[in-house]
Amino acid sequence: MANGKTHDLTKSVGIVKPQTARFTAPLPLRGGAMLHDYELVYETYGTLNADRSNAVLVCHALNASHHVAGIHADDPDHTGWWDNMIGPGKPLDTSRFFVIGVNNLGGCHGTTGPLSINPDTGRPGGGDFPVVTVEDWVDAQARLADQLGITQFAAVMGGSLGAMQALAWAIRYPQRLRHSIVIACAPNLSAQNIAFNEVARQAILTDPDFHDGNYQVQHAVPKRGLRVARMVGHITYLSDDEMANKFGRQLKHGKPGYSFDTEFEIESYLRHQGNKFADYFDANTYLRITKALDYFDPALEHGGSLSQALQPVAAGVLVISFTTDWRFLPERSREIVRALLDNRARVTYAEIDAPHGHDAFLLDDVRYHRLVAAYFERVHREIAP
Amino acid sequence: MTGLNGSQRPDFAAIAQSIKRGAHILDLGCGDGTLLKYLQQTRSVTGYGVEIDDGNVLACVNSGVYVIQSDLERGLAEFADHSFDYVVLSQTLQAMRNTERIVREMLRVGRAGIVTFPNFGYWKNRLQILRGHMPVSENLPFEWFDTPNIHLCTVADFEKFCGERGIRIVGRTVLTDGRTVNVLPNLLGELAVYQFGG
Repeated sequence: MANGKTHDLTKSVGIVKPQTARFTAPLPLRGGAMLHDYELVYETYGTLNADRSNAVLVCHALNASHHVAGIHADDPDHTGWWDNMIGPGKPLDTSRFFVIGVNNLGGCHGTTGPLSINPDTGRPGGGDFPVVTVEDWVDAQARLADQLGITQFAAVMGGSLGAMQALAWAIRYPQRLRHSIVIACAPNLSAQNIAFNEVARQAILTDPDFHDGNYQVQHAVPKRGLRVARMVGHITYLSDDEMANKFGRQLKHGKPGYSFDTEFEIESYLRHQGNKFADYFDANTYLRITKALDYFDPALEHGGSLSQALQPVAAGVLVISFTTDWRFLPERSREIVRALLDNRARVTYAEIDAPHGHDAFLLDDVRYHRLVAAYFERVHREIAP
Repeated sequence: MTGLNGSQRPDFAAIAQSIKRGAHILDLGCGDGTLLKYLQQTRSVTGYGVEIDDGNVLACVNSGVYVIQSDLERGLAEFADHSFDYVVLSQTLQAMRNTERIVREMLRVGRAGIVTFPNFGYWKNRLQILRGHMPVSENLPFEWFDTPNIHLCTVADFEKFCGERGIRIVGRTVLTDGRTVNVLPNLLGELAVYQFGG
């Protein structure tokens, strides 16, 4: 998610401030552990209407956070990760909707996670922080909705891992959302997807600075592992064509140097992305988020039947895929569509012919954005008094 | 697909008359969703449209029609057996590459199929051919060199096609200028609406 552009404040939610919600009722996690006390960091944009019907929850994917749109006063260069989608006059129009972005449990942007101090030990939980799942995140988000007095979202929306949360919402809390917007998703990870995640995890786990996850206490950071993990990830976010267009076989210095320096532009790009990531992301969080991806499989409890798993869905569902997304192929989205059709759900499916691969969900594409805008227009009409 | 995307095509009323109120419908090549919208309003149907074109998919979302973006030539793999009361293919049959396959798919997915197509045997079309040219009309608006219509047929052709494949025709309405034609439909009918079952 490169975001180097200067921020255009005319169509922006402007300066935003993260907030923190504290929860003291224990949250049982799918993996068997219990979170007794936790905090969620979130941001909101727009205004909640009088009947509290215009709230939209935006779920983040692998490396993102609650900072979905706008900028922070103390960091004006760090624009929210989905700022092209969310703001006044944008597809998710904050002059109509009250938008919530929340950093998920186990995260490293302020929400309770491996970096948080464990009150029992007075030290960061680190490697001892439990494995969390998509369902755990959704349960925590539902408690945040309770605290904000939102009984039903106008929509829950996400791309990639965020889309899995939007889907899980429709399954777990069918009455608490009117619409689920599921972009660049898959009903579960393929063996190839898990394989890429495992390479990323091994890079971190085998970094000598990892110290079984308790690197903070050792004043170390497994940056090498994080770098490689991010590089592997980045390869899967772009299509072959997009990489060829952006970098091709271009050499940094015009001719081969027959060495192991960064020679090809693609090497330089991957190293840059890896370095940047290792500077701000937490390795324990990365491990847990990739695990949450691997474990997501709503059909599993239903003998492998996705149709059965999606039976509770009452929301309208917008499913969008991108033709060049080889990480989550359009076929995977079609599996979701098929299961929703089996249940006669109110499903809409669009397959956007975009060249960018998986990352397309974060990028500007007129057809994609127009479609999301049209869908939200419909949602708006539905909730209009 | 024939370029007729007006608010109401002559075959819409005939389709509406031939279906049960409250039916669950799949509209193949649904365009901007006009037919489904019309059937929702007049016959309280539920269901989905299938459409390949980005602009049409957007139009469906705008008008509140549930649409699945897909290429009909790939078949109807997303749809389970007998999951619809009717599967409609209006003014699209003649533009399909694999005609037989889509008709079979319609019967797999639906309890009944409805197709509408311009009757190539209509006397005005025959006249244009007699004069030495491919027909161009309101129902066949394309010149021969830019037409998407690669499998045009007559009323007689379609009935032969169904007969040879054991496809049971359960209803037929042939129209000219929106009025039903009962005499010599293959000659005097401009537009055919068929309902068939397996």
